[in-house]
Amino acid sequence: MPKSEDFKLDHVANLARIDLTAEEKGRFAAQLGDVLAFIAQLNEVNVDGVEPTAHAFPVVNVWADDVPEPGLSVEDALRNAPEKRDNMFVVPKVVE
Amino acid sequence: MAAGEVSSLELMASVIARTRAVDGRVQAFNSFDAEGALAQARASDARRARAKAAGSPVGPLEGIPVGIKDVISVAGQPLTASSRMLKDFVSPYDATVTRKLKEAGAICWGRLNLDEFAMGSSTENSAFRVTSNPWDLERVPGGSSGGSAAAVAAGEAIAALGSDTGGSIRQPAALCNLVGLKPSYGRVSRYGLIAFASSLDQIGPFARSVEDAALVLRAIAGHDPKDSTSLKMEVPDYLGGIEALRRSGRPWKLGIPKEYFGEGLDPEIGAAVQGAIDAYRGMGCEIREVSLPHTRYAIGAYYIIATAECSSNLARFDGVRYGHRSKDAKDALDLYFKSRAEGFGPEVKRRIILGTYVLSSGYYDAYYLRAQKVRTLIRRDFLEAYKQVDAIVTPTSPTPAFKKGEKAADPLAMYLSDIYTIGVNLAGLPGVSIPCGFTKGGLPIGLQVIGQPFKETELLAIAGAYEAGADWLGRHPTL
Repeated sequence: MPKSEDFKLDHVANLARIDLTAEEKGRFAAQLGDVLAFIAQLNEVNVDGVEPTAHAFPVVNVWADDVPEPGLSVEDALRNAPEKRDNMFVVPKVVE
Repeated sequence: MAAGEVSSLELMASVIARTRAVDGRVQAFNSFDAEGALAQARASDARRARAKAAGSPVGPLEGIPVGIKDVISVAGQPLTASSRMLKDFVSPYDATVTRKLKEAGAICWGRLNLDEFAMGSSTENSAFRVTSNPWDLERVPGGSSGGSAAAVAAGEAIAALGSDTGGSIRQPAALCNLVGLKPSYGRVSRYGLIAFASSLDQIGPFARSVEDAALVLRAIAGHDPKDSTSLKMEVPDYLGGIEALRRSGRPWKLGIPKEYFGEGLDPEIGAAVQGAIDAYRGMGCEIREVSLPHTRYAIGAYYIIATAECSSNLARFDGVRYGHRSKDAKDALDLYFKSRAEGFGPEVKRRIILGTYVLSSGYYDAYYLRAQKVRTLIRRDFLEAYKQVDAIVTPTSPTPAFKKGEKAADPLAMYLSDIYTIGVNLAGLPGVSIPCGFTKGGLPIGLQVIGQPFKETELLAIAGAYEAGADWLGRHPTL
């Protein structure tokens, strides 16, 4: 298992798309360091030849009949939009 | 109500009056719509009158106010997850459990507080309020479904729905002297539940008796094409099944896992749980020691798997289509960073960051894959034990309700309070917490019974057998 000093908070927060304040950085680094040190005990477990479990009761190939059903109305879909105009979500400009 | 002695309208009005009287102190509700609830109660009374005239049956929960954790959608009502991120969100549709409750005649009552996005064990992580334990207002009700537990314990709802990812129904039930049931993974649809960790989340009831919990489970369980992890299995008549098992007088074989009675267990809780085990022995049950050797790795595995899944599930909160949007963003990418920084509270940020790390390139195998393998071993431990016993009996929580603020600054200490409940989620098993005593200081103590996959009838029969000979549920907090 990696060492807890491998954990680079700035890099991971960037991947997670969350801005952190200087105060949060200091606090989270210490708290997550404790958690990672605790998690390191999983190294003691011999997992050779053990299959991973993603779900307790795996269900595969769940098919639904291809039947059209009414979905959310435009009005309902936009009801919680932070900004909307002409039946569309308004977002900051992405391309120049 | 069946005898016509009390109407749904009267019941609802009394629940609203009780809520108005005590919730200033309990703080279980994020919001409630009293007028809407009274309208539902009138509609229920009308349905009952029509059914009576026609000689047809009414719904199994006809006219009963059921509180809803504020992470489950009810069309037209707020859905906040106790987060600034969703402060103004209104559900466009009903969750499947909501639809089923309504079909059973229930009144969906209020929006109950929780740890933000169901992440926590004390309900202190709510962005809006800290809920109090009705048994001691200085203490937490447990979490994350702390509002649901406190509301039922304080008489502000007859029953309530919560969600349980690592103990979030059972632990608050234990801390508030209630029955709290986490069904088997796949038993209840999660469509319309805000996802936290999708391979672990289940919805289940809080109630004041095993019988009530069975009634609510029957109403909400079953396959749902809108949740492909819900299994295509018949929903049994739990009450009928429990009664048949009781009459059969079958002596249960109960396993006591030695790993659940070690260091960290409060001695008063250990003694109360031992008292319950003695009661089972007294009614002819066979008590066997069993071993769940990977128990000590459950929390580590859980905090890798649950945070990994939450980092993925909560990626949808980007400030674009719904939820909080920062007003200070310079461009599209900055909109994500700032909206998430402003919208999420500290515990949610910590878990998203931890989950992002364990899934990131170079660390996936060492953390996430390894945790999934440990999960296999934890699950195998339980299945091995079930070759010998019908169910496993443990404490629900290592300590009674703790003081507000006691663990708030130390996430790891908070995580350790889930030690007895987390393995059940990793293994996908059904588990129920039932009251089994009080500390000398008057705080409730919970007994956890863990069942075999999809054997909720047997699980509830075993829980009910203890409940029938105990009187803990007859006690009420003074408010």
